[in-house]
Amino acid sequence: MSAGPAAAGLYVPGDSWLHRAPAGAKLLVLVAAVSAVVAAANLPAALAAAGAAVALHPLCGLGLRPVWRTLRALAPFLALIALFQLVAGDAPAAARLCAQLAGAVLLSGLVTATTRVSAMLTLFERLARPLAVVGADPRRVGLVLALTIRCIPMVAESWRASREAYIARGLRGRPHVLVVPVVVGLLRSAEAMGEALTARGID
Amino acid sequence: MTLRLEGVSHAYAGRPVLRDITLELAEHRIGVIGANGSGKSTLARTLNGLVVPDSGRVLLDGLDTRRHAREIRRRVGFVFSDPAAQIVMPTVAEDVAIGLRRSGLSRAEVESRVSAVLERHGLAGHRDHPAHLLSGGQRQMLALASVLVTEPEVLVCDEPTTLLDLRNAAVVAAALRALPQQVILLTHHLDLLAGFDRVLVVDEGRVVFDGAPADAVAHYTALMGAGRTAAPEEGHAERRP
Repeated sequence: MSAGPAAAGLYVPGDSWLHRAPAGAKLLVLVAAVSAVVAAANLPAALAAAGAAVALHPLCGLGLRPVWRTLRALAPFLALIALFQLVAGDAPAAARLCAQLAGAVLLSGLVTATTRVSAMLTLFERLARPLAVVGADPRRVGLVLALTIRCIPMVAESWRASREAYIARGLRGRPHVLVVPVVVGLLRSAEAMGEALTARGID
Repeated sequence: MTLRLEGVSHAYAGRPVLRDITLELAEHRIGVIGANGSGKSTLARTLNGLVVPDSGRVLLDGLDTRRHAREIRRRVGFVFSDPAAQIVMPTVAEDVAIGLRRSGLSRAEVESRVSAVLERHGLAGHRDHPAHLLSGGQRQMLALASVLVTEPEVLVCDEPTTLLDLRNAAVVAAALRALPQQVILLTHHLDLLAGFDRVLVVDEGRVVFDGAPADAVAHYTALMGAGRTAAPEEGHAERRP
């Protein structure tokens, strides 16, 4: 599995106008744009959103490679949706739904790639402040978000390590047998990370 | 600033890993050596309250880890063998900075401290890089920087060079040597202990030797030669009962 930052859905350093824009504003525009595209429920609006998302990538110094990676990862889901709609005899809906999903995911990726996790964490801590009324700690909400993002490459690494060990023993096929060692490995990693968090006073 | 263990005993699932240890740790550089499963990792973990002993107590300037764990962890930093497990945030600078989020420092002060510690540990050019893409040596330096940014008074390092090649191990060792803090180093790399003030040899949950590095290494080597080592599976069980 690729472990590049964009592939892992992480921040890509840069100095574009979108990199400099506040995290809150980006999130607000993202929610508004995706809501508008869904509410409009027509193909031209969905295609416009997807097209804008594609065009914004090079304009923000990200190039078109993340677009290709995202669409490649989405392809099986898009194919399933399209197939289902075509079987149901609704080709326009197939095109619209695929364009909507691709546009939404590309726009989300754009926000993730241009926003530092720490900025996102600060924003989520602020948004979670009202939860303090019911006893939730907004800092922990932010920390959970950060750890979730951090765990993406960890899962990829665990899968890669188990797969290599499997192949090294001359075994082939049956990828489902990797699930148990991967889960066990992740649980061990989670335990070690918890211990490290405690040791660093982050709890 | 003195760490003190008084009659410390601890067991995992009924298997004793520390047996009635009483120590005072005040020297600037202290080494701890012992076979896998000897109890040294558990001993280290008691020093900042990660492990609370079943009996006895661990004190830092009179503060008990049982009651003042948060304050003690702020003053006693801990570096683990596997730096990957210590990385919390996606990028290098963010990972270093997160340890300061409850410090009450302004954003500018946090930025200044993070930049200084990254510069000092050769990571300034990697500040926005994904932390998980660093090399093994760089990851361990990041783990060290992430702990040192909080300016602990004591640094406990549990085999920080075990997963590193010779070159990276030397880099980490040099970084540890240059620290003004008290350092308590657990290691299997016996050459790292040259110049240390004191070295403890741990075996079967007891401190069986406490003295100068050369004497401690000789004692440890003789102990290993005598075959008094824990079985590998027992070593593993020290931390994971």
